[in-house]
Amino acid sequence: MTRLEEPIGIETDVLVVGGGMAACWAASAAAGAGARVTLVDKGFVGTSGVTATGGPNHWWVPPDPALRRDAIERRLATAYGLADAEWMERVIDTTWRLLPTLAAHYPFGSDGKGGTFFAGVRGPEYLRALRALATERGVRILDHHPALELLVDPDGAAAGAAGYARLTRRPWRAEAKAVILATGGCAFRSGLIGSHTNTGEGYLMGVEAGAELSGMEFSAAYSLSPAWNSTRSLPYFAARFFDAGGRELDIPPPMAGNAHWQGLAAAMLQGPVFADLVDAPAALRSTLREIQPASLTPFERRGVSLFDERFEVRLFGEGTIRGVGGLRIVDDGCQTRVPGLYAAGDAASREPVAGATSGGGAQNSAWALTSGHRAGLAAAERMRTRRDGHAPSRATGQAGLRPTSTPRPIERPALVETIQAHSIAYDRALWRNASSLADSAEQLEAVWQQISAHGHGEGLDIVASREVAAMAATARWCIAAARAREESRGMHIRVDHPHGAAPPARIATGGLDAVWTRPDQQSSQTELAA
Amino acid sequence: MIAHVFADACTGCGTCIAACPTHVFDAGADGVPVIARLDQCQTCFMCELYCDADALYVAVDLREPKAIDPDLIRTRGELGNLRRGYRWRNGASEPGSLDHFWQLGPLLREGAEIAGRRYRARHSEQADD
Repeated sequence: MTRLEEPIGIETDVLVVGGGMAACWAASAAAGAGARVTLVDKGFVGTSGVTATGGPNHWWVPPDPALRRDAIERRLATAYGLADAEWMERVIDTTWRLLPTLAAHYPFGSDGKGGTFFAGVRGPEYLRALRALATERGVRILDHHPALELLVDPDGAAAGAAGYARLTRRPWRAEAKAVILATGGCAFRSGLIGSHTNTGEGYLMGVEAGAELSGMEFSAAYSLSPAWNSTRSLPYFAARFFDAGGRELDIPPPMAGNAHWQGLAAAMLQGPVFADLVDAPAALRSTLREIQPASLTPFERRGVSLFDERFEVRLFGEGTIRGVGGLRIVDDGCQTRVPGLYAAGDAASREPVAGATSGGGAQNSAWALTSGHRAGLAAAERMRTRRDGHAPSRATGQAGLRPTSTPRPIERPALVETIQAHSIAYDRALWRNASSLADSAEQLEAVWQQISAHGHGEGLDIVASREVAAMAATARWCIAAARAREESRGMHIRVDHPHGAAPPARIATGGLDAVWTRPDQQSSQTELAA
Repeated sequence: MIAHVFADACTGCGTCIAACPTHVFDAGADGVPVIARLDQCQTCFMCELYCDADALYVAVDLREPKAIDPDLIRTRGELGNLRRGYRWRNGASEPGSLDHFWQLGPLLREGAEIAGRRYRARHSEQADD
């Protein structure tokens, strides 16, 4: 090992991996509870991830018992039996209490009625504020420090992580008493705005350390954008759609859910689809720039008049971002099955609040805030009860890092194309059936075997090597769970099993060499591996 | 994808090198950023937002790099228009810049309702035929 390859050593109580809203809320909560906290992000805390480029609304219900009961009941009805009323209550309450506390750092604006609007925040300003809050609380933020693998102690508990510092080109190794994975979901490099860094390493690192996943079959989600650039979707809700010949297409409206996406996807499989916004709300013309300036830029710079001209659109895969699946949490503090390893935001399964449907932005943001906050508090609490470890920790990373056979160059772009064809390509994802899923499983198995036998990288390239391994692993788990769920439920559409089966149950999945699935009892009591 | 760094406007502060979430830039001579990994650019415009000197220009095709005419971009006043749209100045927001943000939810719902009414109207016409 040369001197340059000597890892940067980091010692901390709580290590947060990730740099979006869940990671920031987690870090601030843990630091506020007295822990020394280090946050490592693949990119930059402020611009990383899908929230930074977005404008998340939060589930926002005043503390009136009747209103809250009603909000929870309405949401339970669209969760197809897989959500948890108690978690919903926590999420509503925590969000209501915490979001306004950002006022020192976030310029909350008018609600149009003489008051202050708290429920929705704009992405860049939100993340800038969360960074400021974490910094104020003493969190050490390390940008451009992608994590590559977790460390576990001899008892199997989380003991830190190791990664590669991109700007200084040096490996790093962090020893910690608790680790929070807030690495976001996985969009399989679909081009979805903000998602380039969301490639699923959190899932892979978690499973390698002994954690499980849940809800991975709920991963067929899309958003509509101009064909040349993914934007937020606010402008397009009233869009009319046309084929290349100018014939208007009969697409079920956005509120139709699956039928809307299947309608658009079926039309796009026939040829290019165009949208126009002549029906869009009148106020959108005058205020879109004030709300989402970046949604106009792709049109202005291409010379297309957004509200007056037709433009080509396509669907961008959201994977587990607007999908639901992620690391399975086993207690109220968002701990995974690995002691001392927590999951928050899109890195965790959002089934407790979303069940089998996406839940839209509002529930998702409230979940990220709340799960981050609770994971941060739980990690800080655990830190107080842990002695300083003396036993050496073990690095757990495998595929893409430590090949089981001879390291050799692999055709990553071709592998990514195969992974996308079996994860986000809508011809399969929106019309799942036993035979196409079996074929997907076989193709992804071949990709996985190649990566785990030969995949590796040197220097900066190790990050890309690991990203491809994580996308392959994630796609494999999504397909395994989709095969196991022999029914249609929420966003999971099985054309060979169009109806739901009773009783509703979650599906846990995991495994590396061999992927497994099992029906999950959804017990909320603590169950730990060690 | 990021298309051009206006070296004459760049102050060499290095903010974009850090702020780019996907590690597209390396520091070049005098700190002026070099586009080192264009394939990692996700066309998110965040570098422009964080550039107080308005020295960066992102072209709007996320799949293909595009050659641009820097003089034309400058003459058209496109430099910095994204940052001005967000009303960011020196990394801070101008007062009142989020006073319209509450309309996002209502406008989104209104759009969805318009599409729903249009679809129902069309299908009830068909049923009447």
